[in-house]
Amino acid sequence: MEVSAKTEDRFCLVSVLHDRIDAAAALEFKDAMRRATAHAPPVVILDLHRVNFIDSSGLGAIIAVMKHLAPKRALVLAGLTPAVEKVFTLTRMGTVFGIFHTLDAALTAYRG
Amino acid sequence: MRLSAARSALCPFEITVHSGPQAAREALTLLLDALSCLSLGAEEVCVVRLVVAEMLNNIVEHAYPDPHPPGPIHIACHHAPDGLHLAVSDEGLPMPDLQVPLGLPQEIDRPVCDLPEGGFGWFLIRDLAKDLTYRRLAQENRIDLRLPVGLPPR
Repeated sequence: MEVSAKTEDRFCLVSVLHDRIDAAAALEFKDAMRRATAHAPPVVILDLHRVNFIDSSGLGAIIAVMKHLAPKRALVLAGLTPAVEKVFTLTRMGTVFGIFHTLDAALTAYRG
Repeated sequence: MRLSAARSALCPFEITVHSGPQAAREALTLLLDALSCLSLGAEEVCVVRLVVAEMLNNIVEHAYPDPHPPGPIHIACHHAPDGLHLAVSDEGLPMPDLQVPLGLPQEIDRPVCDLPEGGFGWFLIRDLAKDLTYRRLAQENRIDLRLPVGLPPR
C-alpha cells in the first residue's frame, strides 16, 4: 500500500495511490498512514480520489487512523468516489468525519 | 430493448476460490467478468462488490480461521427478473448458534476514541442483500441471497 505525503504549514496531505482499501490492504494502509503522519500538523487530509472501492475492513482501517491521530490531530477526507461515499453513507460514518468532495475544496479550506 | 436482450443472456454459473487473504479479490474478478454481459451500472457493480467482499471476508476470517486449514468457497449465480441470485457456500466452521449475525447498525454517537472499527460487514450485507437465508448442510455452510441488480428496464 503506497501513500504519498506532503506537509504544509497547517496540514499534512496524504494521498492513497492504490485503487482500493479492502481486507487484503487494510493492515498495510494503517501502517503506511502511521508512518506518513508521524510528525503531522493538527490536520491530516486523506485524499481518496484514486480509491474506487473500500469494504468494511477498509472503513475500519480509516477509523483506526482517525483514532490514532486523535485527540491532537484531526483526520478529514477528500475526493470520495461514489463507491467510497456509499460505504460512509450506509454506515453513517460520513457524519463522523469532516468530508470534502474534492481535494481542491479541502486545500482551499485549510490554506485559508 | 438491446439492454433487455443482453441481460437475459447470462447463463447460470459457478466459481470457486480458495480461502485466503486474496479470496475476495479473486472471486470478484471472476464474478464481475462473468457478469459483464449484464452491463450493470456503476452503482449496481458497487452493490455486488460490497456484498461479495463482505461475505467472502467473513468466510475467510470465521469459517476458515487460523490455524484451521483453508478450504474452498463456492459462489453459484443465476440471473432472474428480480435480480441476481447468489448461493455462497464453504466447508468451514458453522455460524455461531447456526444463525447469521443480525448486523445491527453500529453506535457512532460517541467520542472518537470509542468509535467502532469493525462490525460493519454484516450490516452492509443485510442492508444491500435481499431474501438472505443460511443453512448448515452436513459439513457445509450455505447462504442464499438476492441482489436487486440487473433488473429489467421499467
